[in-house]
Amino acid sequence: MREEIARDVERVVVNVDVNGENRDVLVPVHKTLLEVLREDLQLTGTKHGCELGECGTCTVLVDGKPELSCLLLPIQLRGRAITTIEGMADGSHMHPLQTAFAELGAAQCGYCTPGILLSARSLLEVNPRPTRDEIREALAGNLCRCTGYVKILEAIELAAGRMA
Amino acid sequence: MKVVGKPLPKVDAAAKVTGRAVYADDMLPARTLHCRILRSPHPHARIVSIDTSAARRIPGVLAVITGADLPIKFGILPVTQDERALEHEKVRYVGDPVAAVAAVEEEIAAGACDAIRVEYEVLEPVMSIEAALGTPKDERIQDYGGPNNIHKFVALEFGDLDGGFARAKHVREDVFFYQGNTHLPMEQHSAIATYVDGKLTLWSSTQVVHYVHRALSRVLELPMHRIRVIGAAHGGGFGGKTDPFAHEIIVSKLAMITGRPVKCTLTREEVFYAHRGRHPVLMWVRTGVDDEGRITAMHFRTALDGGAYGSYGVASTFYTGVLQTVTYDIPAYRFEGCRVFTNKPPCGPKRGHGTPQPRFGLELHLEKIAHDVGMDPAELKRRNFVQPYTRAVNWLRITSCGLEECTQRVLDASGYAKRERRPGHGMGFAISSYLSGAGTAIYWNDMPHSEVQIKVDRGGVTVYCGAMDIGQGSDSVLATIVAEELGLQPADVRLVTADTDTTPIDLGSYSSRVTFMAGNAALEAARKMRTLLVEAVEGSGKKYEEVTFEEASILGEARFGTLTTAGSYTPPKIAGPYKGSGVGPSPAYSYSACVVDVDADPRTGLVKVNKVWIAHDVGRAINPLLVEGQVEGSVYMGLGEALMEEQVFRKGLHKWPSMLEYKSPTFLDMTEVETFIVETVDKEGPYGAKEAGQGPLLPVPPALCAAVYDALGVWIDEIPVTPEKVIEALRRKEKGEQPRYGPPRFPAIPYPPTIKVDPPAKDMDRAATPAV
Amino acid sequence: MLRLPRFKFLRPKDAREAARMAAELGPRAMFVAGGTDLYPKLKRRQFEIDTLIGLDFLPREVRNGSDVCAIGAATTLADASKNPHVVQRFGGYAEAAGVVSSPPLRNAGTIGGNLCVDTRCNYYDMTYEWRKAAGFCLKKDGDICLVAPSSPRCWAVSSSDTAPMAIALDAMVTLVGADGEREAPVAALYRDDGIEYLGKAPSEVVTELRLTAAPGTRSVYIKLRRRGSIDFPIAGAAVAARIDGDVVAGCKLVLSAVASHPLQATAAEQFLKGRRLDAETITEAAEIAAKPAKPLDNADLSHFWRKRMVRVVVEQALERIRDQDNGLDR
Repeated sequence: MREEIARDVERVVVNVDVNGENRDVLVPVHKTLLEVLREDLQLTGTKHGCELGECGTCTVLVDGKPELSCLLLPIQLRGRAITTIEGMADGSHMHPLQTAFAELGAAQCGYCTPGILLSARSLLEVNPRPTRDEIREALAGNLCRCTGYVKILEAIELAAGRMA
Repeated sequence: MKVVGKPLPKVDAAAKVTGRAVYADDMLPARTLHCRILRSPHPHARIVSIDTSAARRIPGVLAVITGADLPIKFGILPVTQDERALEHEKVRYVGDPVAAVAAVEEEIAAGACDAIRVEYEVLEPVMSIEAALGTPKDERIQDYGGPNNIHKFVALEFGDLDGGFARAKHVREDVFFYQGNTHLPMEQHSAIATYVDGKLTLWSSTQVVHYVHRALSRVLELPMHRIRVIGAAHGGGFGGKTDPFAHEIIVSKLAMITGRPVKCTLTREEVFYAHRGRHPVLMWVRTGVDDEGRITAMHFRTALDGGAYGSYGVASTFYTGVLQTVTYDIPAYRFEGCRVFTNKPPCGPKRGHGTPQPRFGLELHLEKIAHDVGMDPAELKRRNFVQPYTRAVNWLRITSCGLEECTQRVLDASGYAKRERRPGHGMGFAISSYLSGAGTAIYWNDMPHSEVQIKVDRGGVTVYCGAMDIGQGSDSVLATIVAEELGLQPADVRLVTADTDTTPIDLGSYSSRVTFMAGNAALEAARKMRTLLVEAVEGSGKKYEEVTFEEASILGEARFGTLTTAGSYTPPKIAGPYKGSGVGPSPAYSYSACVVDVDADPRTGLVKVNKVWIAHDVGRAINPLLVEGQVEGSVYMGLGEALMEEQVFRKGLHKWPSMLEYKSPTFLDMTEVETFIVETVDKEGPYGAKEAGQGPLLPVPPALCAAVYDALGVWIDEIPVTPEKVIEALRRKEKGEQPRYGPPRFPAIPYPPTIKVDPPAKDMDRAATPAV
Repeated sequence: MLRLPRFKFLRPKDAREAARMAAELGPRAMFVAGGTDLYPKLKRRQFEIDTLIGLDFLPREVRNGSDVCAIGAATTLADASKNPHVVQRFGGYAEAAGVVSSPPLRNAGTIGGNLCVDTRCNYYDMTYEWRKAAGFCLKKDGDICLVAPSSPRCWAVSSSDTAPMAIALDAMVTLVGADGEREAPVAALYRDDGIEYLGKAPSEVVTELRLTAAPGTRSVYIKLRRRGSIDFPIAGAAVAARIDGDVVAGCKLVLSAVASHPLQATAAEQFLKGRRLDAETITEAAEIAAKPAKPLDNADLSHFWRKRMVRVVVEQALERIRDQDNGLDR
């Protein structure tokens, strides 16, 4: 590892389309989307729990589908639309999923919540009235340690009902 | 009541669901340096030399420190000040911090750590309880405690044990093992420090700003008034962020050296090394029952694998023995406990601190006794339930107790008595109890355990309290209590919490103490405030209920000047008259009962949990949504421990310090939970409230094991219940051996002579029951 | 947080150019498509490279012809698992793609990547610091196998879910090298070695997976893992079979995660041929299939139990094949 830091850093300007905003950022090519979002774009709503693709905490939407920002390079995402938790509410108007999570106590420590909300939003876009098992399948890549998932399932069902 | 008991959203819910809550790692002030820590690659070794020169030469590296820079030892308990932020003499587990680097980028700091040369003299590691009990090959891990690598002994006896066993109709002995596991909060520990104007400020993901404050003062040799510790938004603790940690001290020191903000966020692997999780515990228990299944005497022995340092371990050791008596009426009880040091990351408090292990052993043991004497296990347990407002044989004071109601609720809802009898299907029942806060402080003092201030001005209310909301909703509980008293909504109440500069002391979010203790302090402060406001309003010829809060506050300010009140909470002095009685007493105990329904496959050994019914006596649900959330989360964590989670070691190393290999249940592995809230309205709790965050975990593992026995006729006397253990137990059953998987024996431990204590009169508090 | 090492990122326009770059750079460079296997391993410093060659040009669509269903190598596992043609004609493959890791990973991970996924071992899939503490192993930086210290070879485990199924279906891949293109059976992609586990040149790019199957072929994939998601297989059975009347006319059975390569259970295949899939046959076939499986103590749960479970997953797979034939399945 000590040899690596003597290497030159290749920096590139990447155009990132995040939450409907187009931003040009100059970043080291080896920096993951997670790092660029949090450290270069100050979008710290995207959290991280392992940086190895094992926990789902850093989930963002890429063209509407959940992917793990810890395993994505911005340079490979040109032309693709990124949505983070900051892009989920419409201004000060929360997304129905956010409202339902707040109302039912589906966020305890709140650390997995951004990733779970984005996964849930993606699910409801393709399947507006999912069964409980379909929700479980869709969210099976997002770990939560606080809730036991019960309130999360209830909140997604509540939001789906309201959105229908 | 207007807001107490209502399922209102948490006061910080919007921040959490919109990604705006600021966790420690989200902070990146200008000129922040990044810190990485070099850790020991050896489980047990003496440090011969550390050469940091190559690391210092790397461009971008601003500071490199070693143990010589932070030589003062610290530790959460005054009796075990045995940790250093960085070790320069000896390392005691793979992951023990040795050196730290602050650099302009994290990758440079990591590279610089790799460039530090440490020469070790490797010592024989001690990796098991058995090994720790024996003579060390090279040297002991710690230089205190003993003999050998024994850290702590406890030996207490209450009542006439021999007499109790003598009059028993049936006596049984069992041995159990509960494997260690870890908290695995989703948020990795993180801390960031600044040093400006001779004042250190630390933001940290901690459960206890106060203890971090004390440790920083001690190790950095700075007076407490020059240190400010602020709890950042918290990404999950479960007990894992309750000790002061090396990285918190390290970033503080590096900020002082460099004059720049310094941040350290542990990697997931490092979180497994920080640990302080569930102790692996071996248990032996012997119990006598009479003709009617009533317990006549119980003898309980535990051996805890403590890891390399003390942490909360002395308390943990007591906790493996003390709470047996607050669920079952045990007339004579002997407890012998022993904690050993091993070359593993230190164990400490995880949700249920020291009590899930004996609860598992005790519940299964009674289950087996019931089978021995041909009695329904639920019925045998019920016959032994403690009664409310009594004293246990070890002097623990029991107040409100909803055991019977909890039991009835889950037995009825699950249809336990009429459960379906098909191959591989089974149900199991278990109960538990937990503290609503420890009755004595970690460091001995006469001061309150929680303090709250309220300020009212121009219609606004602000509550100040040192309590740390770790996601359980303690801020919301404080707001709800104050709102209830002042006739407001929780959302109307501003909160300033967990900041040692601006908030009065609260001992933090551990031992399920915040609702009870900070809640009572808030209640006192709020009632004082209400009295002031009522007096001012009535002085103007109106009634409090007739005016707006803004009017009331203006009248109050006009009459009294600045409107501030304070409340505090000190637990009652109820500990028994013996040494060691400080661990166990609590102002109130919660109670839970649960039934687990499983299908177990004899071909694969796989156990599928179909449903969990759980009833929890929370005294009063200040917010039922939050209580349900705590209960459901506890069931989840209990199932994880029961079925898959284990912190295990191989060749001196943590076997799998990753989220992939440490198995935390996913959405697809979690079962349906039906929760019943039972309200017994405790006389001393705020509005009658007791704890909810830990107790409901405890009955889940034993209920699961009882269900597996019900399904397959084999006892799995060891947590977790993995399929290979089930298969092995079934193989033994088929061969006509004991139908069981578990530890074969309990080791010979040189416990000291027991201290004999006379039991109290059962009803000693009845005349003097205080009313709040 | 764990970060990637510094590297250069090359963006060739096609597979030929990518292969030339790889041939020129040698072991300093690696290909990256979805990155879901590569990036964690780079963060753990299991690979030491200074250049990545992006395969973003690879096709990511499914072309369903009358004989061949061609799946572009960059098709995500999610897309492949949900593609109606794949689901209908090669149900087992869709199942296998649909149980790889977790939903967000399947949205990034590609079918080509899953064919080439690195072999796994819980002495190897660890951070640089952990491996340094444990002592480096044969597969990376060391000279002994930590699982079997007396062994001259590496026992890392083939952990692809889709590879066994593709082999069972007699699938072909298109490989593009610096000097040309070739077709190869998927079975030829693997070698029984934990380190040199791929049978293709390192500079060859997998560009397409070609599934063909005789009419009436049924396929099933059963995966065993601890949790319902995220985990790699600890055992698995891929079966493709043609049933004539109620007799097995032809059958391929390939096991996952029990060796350094997808393990074809040829003896069981031969046993099954011409037999009815009754309970007895299934039990016996599973027994035969499980024999060559050799799980070691380098994955989740005990290897004894995993060995036992090979039988179970084979039985489950064959039962499902039988029930599909009876119209009970799907």
